[in-house]
Amino acid sequence: MQEKKLINVIKDNFFPVAGAIAMFISLGVLFVLIIDVFKDGLIRLNFKFLTSYPSRFPEQAGILSAWVGTVWIMVLTALFIFPIGIASGIYLEEYAKPGKLKDFLEINISNLAGVPSIIYGLLGLQIFVYFLKLDRSVLAGALTLSLVVLPIVIVATREALKAVPLSLREGSLALGANKLQTILYQVLPSAFSGILSGVILAMSRAIGETAPLITIGALTYIAFLPTGPFTSEFPFITLAGLKDFFTVLPIQIFNWVSRPQKAFHANAAAGIIVLLVISLFINFLAIYLRIKFEKYMRRK
Amino acid sequence: MEENVKIEAKDFFAYYGNKVALKEINLKIFANKITAIIGPSGCGKSTFLRSINRINDLVDGFNITGTLSIDGKNIYDKDVDVINLRRRVGMVFQKPNPFPKSIFENIAYGLKIHKMYKNYDDLYEKVESALREAGLWYEVRDELNKSAFDLSGGQQQRLCIARAIVIKPEILLMDEPTASLDPISSAKIEELIKVLKKEYTIVIVTHNMQQAARVSDMTAFFMQGVMVEYDETAKIFTRPQNELTEQYITGRFG
Repeated sequence: MQEKKLINVIKDNFFPVAGAIAMFISLGVLFVLIIDVFKDGLIRLNFKFLTSYPSRFPEQAGILSAWVGTVWIMVLTALFIFPIGIASGIYLEEYAKPGKLKDFLEINISNLAGVPSIIYGLLGLQIFVYFLKLDRSVLAGALTLSLVVLPIVIVATREALKAVPLSLREGSLALGANKLQTILYQVLPSAFSGILSGVILAMSRAIGETAPLITIGALTYIAFLPTGPFTSEFPFITLAGLKDFFTVLPIQIFNWVSRPQKAFHANAAAGIIVLLVISLFINFLAIYLRIKFEKYMRRK
Repeated sequence: MEENVKIEAKDFFAYYGNKVALKEINLKIFANKITAIIGPSGCGKSTFLRSINRINDLVDGFNITGTLSIDGKNIYDKDVDVINLRRRVGMVFQKPNPFPKSIFENIAYGLKIHKMYKNYDDLYEKVESALREAGLWYEVRDELNKSAFDLSGGQQQRLCIARAIVIKPEILLMDEPTASLDPISSAKIEELIKVLKKEYTIVIVTHNMQQAARVSDMTAFFMQGVMVEYDETAKIFTRPQNELTEQYITGRFG
């Protein structure tokens, strides 16, 4: 038996130890941040805070319009990015013929993923707010955010489709299924949990975006809610809310943080907690759906 | 003999880009016979098999010249409907590739995409009879809703055979169907292949010469893209005409 050489032990353990330290540093910072936020914000967090509109008196100010705005924007963004992102991913991965057009599209989508979000805000301002005359509405906000995160969904969809084994496609095509049937019935279901991961990632990014929404003119003080989607009269559903003005949590938080009064900072901390909870809820929902779907795929 | 020719290759060349994979193949495959294609790795046997249902069309740069006919009709003609061709020519792959769905849905898939059933009862009946034909029914009848992935490798492969035959193809192509299975599962598949030849024309590619000798009626020996010899299996394995064939079947190279 040879004795263990110290130098080899060090070499073997260097990376795991360094990696663990790096992880604990970043986790530690996050942890301190969360503790700090909870310490400041928990006292302000109550039912009244969630059901009140903003106010210039910090004790009376609430977050109702902001969280409702965030939920509106998130739901709409999901509705836009899901079909558009997946369809684009399918086109690029399954149908686009190799060549100049495909190269051009691919380069641009990778580039778009790296464009600062405020640029999208300017784009949204020009196209949605001025050109399509949507004004600074919920719809314009959701469309702008969709632009910001669409590249993420497209790239994730493509990766997920790429990961589907060739044998599955061949199995379907060899039975005489056409390309569309093969994609819809075999490839897409197999890729779906990967696609869902991409959508979660995109939603997590979108929920925290502030700059593009400020650019298109989302207001920081809103004392009313967008019209709800349900009505008491036929057809019991209305899209009027899409045209209403809105604000979102990050904007409200930003607004409170930038005030000089200390009491507003507590409001900001409480707002951050609400934002964290909504964002975690979206994540859990998506993970739950994913597990559910994987189970369904396996039909246990 | 002539009218029983099911598949016929005439001066058939296949290329991957500039690389020639098959050279001047002339071959008649007879109806309701099992034809084995043997040869060392890279000899083009899989390429030939995958040309018969045009699944190789998916491969970038794949190209052919010459003709490959089924029932006298060149399947590479412009007016041939590939979807319909593949419905008539089933395929079983080297590695079992069940769909990530239930056992029932795996079999029903072909029937559904071709709308080959009247109602649910009819669908169920057809699924059942395909599973019976593949010798799998008694093993899975109580768990048709279980995932196909829960089956053993051998069962998965028989499921893939059932999936292929449920849409009543005329030809069944098998690309080393037992290469990834244990000997007992392989034996079951071989038995099944012998039974299936009553209804289907079977072309099987295999690495395993004993398997070719056991199951096939005709054997073609391919090497480096050329068909070296083609004859009745008994003849190929007892009195091969070509020296290369003899060397191969006696295991002098592989």
